[in-house]
Amino acid sequence: MSPAIELRRVSKIYGEGPTEVRALWGVDLSVVAGELVAIMGPSGSGKSTLLTIAGTLEDPTSGEVRIDGVDVSGMSRNDRARMRRRQIGYVFQDFNLLAGLTAVENVALPLELDGVGSKRARETAHEALERMGLVDKVGRFPDDLSGGERQRVAIARAVVGDRRVLFADEPTGALDSVNGESVMRMLSAASHRGVAGLVVTHDAQLASWADRVVFLRDGRVVDQTDTPAGPESLLATGSNE
Amino acid sequence: MSVRHALLALLSEGPKYGLQLRQEFEARTGDVWPLNVGQVYTTLQRLERDGLVESEDGSADSPQKGYRLTGDGGRELNRWLRTPPEATPPPRDELVIKVLVGLVVPGTDIHELLQVHRRHLIEQMQRYTRLKGQGSEADVGLALVVDAELFRLEGIVRWLDSADARLARVSQGAAGKRASVVYEQTANEEIRR
Repeated sequence: MSPAIELRRVSKIYGEGPTEVRALWGVDLSVVAGELVAIMGPSGSGKSTLLTIAGTLEDPTSGEVRIDGVDVSGMSRNDRARMRRRQIGYVFQDFNLLAGLTAVENVALPLELDGVGSKRARETAHEALERMGLVDKVGRFPDDLSGGERQRVAIARAVVGDRRVLFADEPTGALDSVNGESVMRMLSAASHRGVAGLVVTHDAQLASWADRVVFLRDGRVVDQTDTPAGPESLLATGSNE
Repeated sequence: MSVRHALLALLSEGPKYGLQLRQEFEARTGDVWPLNVGQVYTTLQRLERDGLVESEDGSADSPQKGYRLTGDGGRELNRWLRTPPEATPPPRDELVIKVLVGLVVPGTDIHELLQVHRRHLIEQMQRYTRLKGQGSEADVGLALVVDAELFRLEGIVRWLDSADARLARVSQGAAGKRASVVYEQTANEEIRR
């Protein structure tokens, strides 16, 4: 199975000469469908740059980005925009919902922009919100929702339709820990339904929801976790007294 | 927490059998704290000896021995609930010692050493989070037990992050100092010439 997200020897350099900054340096990374990967690193380690490049919002200075096996650098602007509309979902810290649209309209919007009929788009959006546990909030405007609910609407919008790839930048940054946890539950469930997810964070609790954690330092991948053993391994080390 | 007080707490809801106590103990601690039956009965015998519980022999219909909380047992439970847990840190924190030792062992990349421990902690956190993820959000007992461990581990990760940043700043400062000494020496030589 080819990875849904793949970075090959990706480097990104800003500026030149004495002001040159290497934000990323020879990064290799792949995420398969059904896998949630977290990128952790201190501020300035290149996390957000990595996410915008993998999300095709910015071009690397060198190296290749492939989405569903297709090299993005060879695509025209229009093809790239269409791919972003159809295949990729984004979730940001500040939700980015349109205040004048209800929850279901916000989620249906990317489908309608892509030419899906209004009725069908709404039905699909309704299903996506239902999976996020928001069936009773579909008609609410963003201002009438809590922070946690708004982020769940944003996730529904990011995975609505047939989106296979999800990018999230500090998605629980503006939420308390209990609301942050429900958002991570939803992200994890969405990825286990077959979406490839890449989340950037500096928060260890959030990262621990991922199947794999990749550590970035000074623009390079320095380490990653092994496939975690099942929770039953915790029992072996438990003490009874 | 001691098994002793956990059993008193379960008996405060009403009389129970030994096996029942074990099952309820495990369920309420999110199944992360397995108990063996022997341990339950030994603890019950000691509680009975100390007058904190009473046993009643099984009847013909139910051969198991039942246990009930005494007045003293109830008072002991209340006292324990309100007593702050031992909060003094262990005299030596092994991880802190390892990092301090790593600083003086020649050839040790301290950032790599910190990363080894960071990865290990995150992998442990992933296991706990997976346990929480498998349960439902309504399973409050499990979530509380797992959260306590997650916050503890997260605290250690944050200490590693801060140690990493602090050591990076110190080594940059040292490099800057060396550079300025070299610069001053060169400048003085230029002037002498």
